[in-house]
Amino acid sequence: MSSTTELLKTPLHPWHHDNGGRLVDFAGWSMPVQYTSIIEEHNACRNGAGLFDVSHMGRFFFADPNACEFLNGLTTRRVHPMAAGKIRYSLMTKEDGGVLDDVLVYHLQDTTGAPFCFMVVNASNRQKILDWLTQHGDLEKLGFEDRTTKTAMIAVQGPRALEIMDPLCETAPSTLTYYHGMMTKVCGVDSIVSRTGYTGEDGCELTVPADDAIQIWTSVLEKAKAVGGGAVGLAARDTLRLEAAMPLYGHELTETVNPAQVDVKFAINLKDRQFPGRDAIAAARKDNTLPRRVGLVMEGKRAAREHSLIYLGDQQVGEVTSGTFSPTLQRPIAMGFMNMEHLEIGTEVEIDIRGKRLPARVCQLPFYSRG
Amino acid sequence: MNQEELLYAPTHEWVHVGEDGIATIGITDFAVEQLTDLVYMELPDVGATVTAGEEFGEVESVKAVSPLYSPISGEVIEVNSGLPDELEVLGTDAFGAGWIAKIKMDGGAPESLLNHTTYKTQIAGEG
Repeated sequence: MSSTTELLKTPLHPWHHDNGGRLVDFAGWSMPVQYTSIIEEHNACRNGAGLFDVSHMGRFFFADPNACEFLNGLTTRRVHPMAAGKIRYSLMTKEDGGVLDDVLVYHLQDTTGAPFCFMVVNASNRQKILDWLTQHGDLEKLGFEDRTTKTAMIAVQGPRALEIMDPLCETAPSTLTYYHGMMTKVCGVDSIVSRTGYTGEDGCELTVPADDAIQIWTSVLEKAKAVGGGAVGLAARDTLRLEAAMPLYGHELTETVNPAQVDVKFAINLKDRQFPGRDAIAAARKDNTLPRRVGLVMEGKRAAREHSLIYLGDQQVGEVTSGTFSPTLQRPIAMGFMNMEHLEIGTEVEIDIRGKRLPARVCQLPFYSRG
Repeated sequence: MNQEELLYAPTHEWVHVGEDGIATIGITDFAVEQLTDLVYMELPDVGATVTAGEEFGEVESVKAVSPLYSPISGEVIEVNSGLPDELEVLGTDAFGAGWIAKIKMDGGAPESLLNHTTYKTQIAGEG
């Protein structure tokens, strides 16, 4: 087993260590990949409420709300003007359209009513995005502060998530509409609460001071356990997001993928806007030779995995970027990129799984959506 | 199988060497616990030749695929063909009903295999 001594640790790391978390290196952080069984954790989130330590995600704070206007010059989607209380999912792209990261931009008000801007980025891209922002603006003037290590971020996800969180918060998260956020007290501590997530379930995410993280985590966990929920590791986070067909940076989103290929129209707005990569996205939308994101289902138990090749007869027509055995659907599912002419729902293809060609079928995304 | 009489590969396969030169192989309860959420197992073909230290099959969990390494060399004479359909057996009886294959051994067991005590020491450092 590799040493985890030099890895970054979240404020919840001692809890994971003491509660059966299998700790692995994830983007330079020692993170729990699972506590018990991936399938049990997956189902606890789908049926009750799952708690996820997502403190490894980068959290950038901007005291000056004009930061939203600055970020709007770099995001594929409009994040300014945006009413206070709103949060938007967006991509950041290079001039050639390659994806630098997918991010959440928050425009919120602090407890005194003063507006501020907040952004959540992927752990693996924190330094890259920080460099990118530094290149494009005066971060000091925007009151920038990297709060990643000063705070913890806890996702509470599942059909019972809001009902357990409401009594723990000064203002109930259920009063928020989807993709909205606020500052409120969680277990008595000033926190950012947003109705966001990465599982396909309803729920919220909490950004809390590092020193209060374990107390808040254990309070929420107690409530979650009472509704059949529990702590969920990164492995089940991946199966949950994959069933919900949410792209994952490093898999469906990379610096060599153009957003037009990924089918994330909701995250792109080119109209009357300028940002790096805008023209490349506009051109890629019209380019039918570029492969597009696809969903595939298979029979049996053997799952296609990242880099498995997709064939139609003898012709290679695509490649898998994420694949797993779906605990909810009880069959293997995969996302990947395939040539446009074969994307029709129901198209039968074959996936090469370590030397064996197994049948797969193009299906509608997402694989799972909550009832 | 009496676990104390088995030999173990550092890659978590066990082997029972019979007096007739027939070895039974499987994976340890520690391996099963580490893998968790098993969904699929690929068995070797009867008649296939396996080589100590080389891959002879694979086991797949929700998260990942792991190769199975043969602890010994020889010819596969029987496989537990029902096992892939009831992988939960590995969770309850990895050293018995969870056996994977019987091998007609070509020579003796490699000296690199561990005895029960040594194997226990190894996994104490991994778990």
